Amino acid sequence: MLQVELSPEEIRTAKPYRQWDMTDAEYARFTDLIGHLPTFTEVGLASGMWSEHCAYKYSKPVLRRFWTKNENVVMGPGEGAGAIRIGDGKVVVFKAESHNHPSAVEPYEGAATGVGGIIRDIFSMGAKPIAVLDSLRFGELDNPRTRQLLDQIVAGIAGYGNAIGIPTVGGETAFDPTYARNPLVNAMCVGIMDEDQLQKGRAAGVGNAILYVGAKTGRDGINGASFASGTFSDSEAADRSAVQVGDPFMEKLLVDACLEVTNDHQDILVGMQDMGAAGLVSSSVEMAGKADSGMQLDLDLVPQREPGMTPFEIMLSESQERMLLCVAAGHEDEISAIFARYGLDAVVIGRVTASHQYILTHHGETVCDIPVSSLTSDAPVYQQESRRPARLDSPAAPWQPAITDPTAAWLTLMNQPTIASKASLYGRYDAQVQTNTVVLPGSDAAVLRIKGTQRAIAVTTDSAGRFVYLDPAIGGQRTVAEAAANLVASGAAPLGITDCLNYGDPTKPEIFYELATSAAGITAATKVFNTPVISGNVSLYNETNGTAIYPTPMVGMVGVIDDLTTITTPAFKQPDDLVYLVGETTADFSGSEVQKMLTGTIGGTLPALPLTAIKDRQDHVLRAIRTHLVSAVHDISEGGLLAALAEMAFPNMLGAALKINVPAAWLFSETPGRFLITVAPAHQQAFEAALGGAAALLGTVTAAPQFTIAAADATFLAAVPDLHKAWEEGIPCRLN
Amino acid sequence: MRAAVITFPGSNCDTDLQWALQQICGIPADLIPASQDSLAGYDAVFLPGGFSYGDYLRSGAIARFSPIMGAVKQFAAAGGYVIGICNGFQILTEAGLLPGALQWNTSLHFICAPATLTVVNTATAFSNQYTENQAITLPIAHGEGNYYADPVTLADLEAHHQVVFRYRENPNGSLNDIAGITNRAGNVLGMMPHPERRVEALLGGTDGQGVFNSLAHTVKEAAVHVAG
Repeated sequence: MLQVELSPEEIRTAKPYRQWDMTDAEYARFTDLIGHLPTFTEVGLASGMWSEHCAYKYSKPVLRRFWTKNENVVMGPGEGAGAIRIGDGKVVVFKAESHNHPSAVEPYEGAATGVGGIIRDIFSMGAKPIAVLDSLRFGELDNPRTRQLLDQIVAGIAGYGNAIGIPTVGGETAFDPTYARNPLVNAMCVGIMDEDQLQKGRAAGVGNAILYVGAKTGRDGINGASFASGTFSDSEAADRSAVQVGDPFMEKLLVDACLEVTNDHQDILVGMQDMGAAGLVSSSVEMAGKADSGMQLDLDLVPQREPGMTPFEIMLSESQERMLLCVAAGHEDEISAIFARYGLDAVVIGRVTASHQYILTHHGETVCDIPVSSLTSDAPVYQQESRRPARLDSPAAPWQPAITDPTAAWLTLMNQPTIASKASLYGRYDAQVQTNTVVLPGSDAAVLRIKGTQRAIAVTTDSAGRFVYLDPAIGGQRTVAEAAANLVASGAAPLGITDCLNYGDPTKPEIFYELATSAAGITAATKVFNTPVISGNVSLYNETNGTAIYPTPMVGMVGVIDDLTTITTPAFKQPDDLVYLVGETTADFSGSEVQKMLTGTIGGTLPALPLTAIKDRQDHVLRAIRTHLVSAVHDISEGGLLAALAEMAFPNMLGAALKINVPAAWLFSETPGRFLITVAPAHQQAFEAALGGAAALLGTVTAAPQFTIAAADATFLAAVPDLHKAWEEGIPCRLN
Repeated sequence: MRAAVITFPGSNCDTDLQWALQQICGIPADLIPASQDSLAGYDAVFLPGGFSYGDYLRSGAIARFSPIMGAVKQFAAAGGYVIGICNGFQILTEAGLLPGALQWNTSLHFICAPATLTVVNTATAFSNQYTENQAITLPIAHGEGNYYADPVTLADLEAHHQVVFRYRENPNGSLNDIAGITNRAGNVLGMMPHPERRVEALLGGTDGQGVFNSLAHTVKEAAVHVAG
């Protein structure tokens, strides 16, 4: 994309900013704020910084209502990532970020750079990244484009994460036609550090140096933030030059060098920030803004990959693997020498100034001279119109599956791509490097021990677009409740969440309603589960030809396990262990996997979620785990009780003989807030007492790998190897 | 015994190896940058897993030119123990310290999975604490672990009992199910599976300890002989 630099007068008449999704009104507002007709560079910077991706101009009123603080939160939203205490003087630092738009256009690099970007957010805080998770949503696998997207997105995540040496330990992958043209790629990174080493992205202290570190700046990802803040359509070719290219080797060096600086040179490091969306402009101006400083940069000093780059391109390039540091004056060489040892460029490109202006020079000319605040705190915020979508007022009639052959339905269910084993995908990720992964992918949550302590953390990502589509408020609540259940099932106490809010075009009142209402649902649930939102990101405009995806907030939750001996997995351990169901089963089929499987679509209404009762039940389960009363715990979610049972039987190829006093069809119900738990016979009494009568004994684990299930209206059998085969082949068979 | 673990730019299993050696097996281990050119004072040298120099050209192809590799060659020539794991194995074949090459897995995908191996030769410095034909489980995590050598080389390897570990179910297409080999002299080992990832019950088992304990045993015995 060749940029012809127009004069300020020409900009006013030709309005080139419209192609960067900046409106005439925003241009006028910006002109007012800076007090002169903006130059080409200035208006370009504003288009990037005022994009939804950087300014959250549509979502801010929603984000402000999140619950973000409790006694454990050390750093809430607003920095590179949030931080929360886990004990032993340590904090866990985490954040999730979407890379949906780039991955739709260039799946390998889009996914790879999504991983690279979120990792930088973590070590920019001074934390050592110890785990990556990925939450992925695709269309149906009968579509060749979807199969290619899946293969390349997984390859991109693997290509980056494996090389950089951070284990990819978990996540989720699900399939629905709504994501066919707008796949979701949400990556979460988790880091660990001592609380007293926490860094901030600040450029303070007049005269202090602004140090550019890492890869050179090229013409890749130019104005990617604006690109990510637009929709796709058949009539416009997607802009591949807006997608970046990743280099995990460079980032590996960058992580190690930056952590050496934050660990050993805290006294002379003032601040550090990743160059992410809107590249050099966002990192530098945000660092100045947060410290209420001014800044002057000489763009001729910026390491550049190719000649002839314009200020617009230099400032808005989203070349990867770059960091910006603020270093105490006089200590520049000390820090540069560290980076030099890793073979990395580290160049002083400017200084913190006493004024509040953001000044850029290029070839001896001033190309930008505007207040810092015009790009940061004075960016517009819109209170959008909100309108309840008509579909919510005319829901489909309640639906119940007619199951004549429960065994056959069970086999078909296990083969559904959303339920089926994801081993053929996550088997391509290195899940064990750094040797901390106690519970590997494929469980309710991944568990990582913290070396040098008796503690571990559990991490999960969850999203439930189907439920949010049917009822935004309850869907939002369910997403949080489900994440908490996954952690509890692993033996962890939930601590906090990060989120990626994936929605359509927020300027449509119905979309804004979905965003605001589901966020309110998330807030209500986070207060009950005591899991504040400490970081997150928003991905809007997930639309093609005017049709939006299901509203899909993704929640990444982290919890702590205080005693390594209380880590729990879903696998049946021993024959004769007792099998319990915790939580009532009712006819909850709206948005269920069985509804999609049998009708091809979803519909209906969701019952209110008894959040307090669910939390209370989770607390009881956690107490039983911590007192060593259980041998296996599994949260019941997608697919219902039978799907969960099968997953418990697979690892050790055991079976179970069970009597469950509901109709066989209800075994496919997805009533939230339930667990399956196994208990050694010796602990029967103590366990039942610990659960306070909330656990119903269903039967026992058997050595024979077979299920014998007596439901209220039918008794049926299923061979575990058959279920396993259906489950294992679900995805590979559809890919070949 | 004192071990050196080489950190190439892009190595990512170097600290895992150091942890396994030091914290779990009680063997002091230092991280040595690949820019260094001396290995004086060490009884064994480990080349760790990872993506040295990004592995953009071919796994291990750039690492073999790094300054430390001159010292590694001298160290090996003098009879010192050299162990390459995963990327380290790839580097040793690129450097000519071990025969053959590691090609892309037949699936053309990176594979991270537990692999069951047979210890086929327990008469080596790296496997004497295992029992003959013992089945052990170690994780593999590689894209290029498919061992290849020409028929003459392969026959030679077998004739001299240089194969130490074989896969029970071949995950990557390796000829003769080879998971790990030594050089003819028996002081250089290359293996694709990661013993350092399997040294703690908490992380799934301790089968990997045998490699480190065998080496510690060998070094200790040699010291006794020298002293005696």
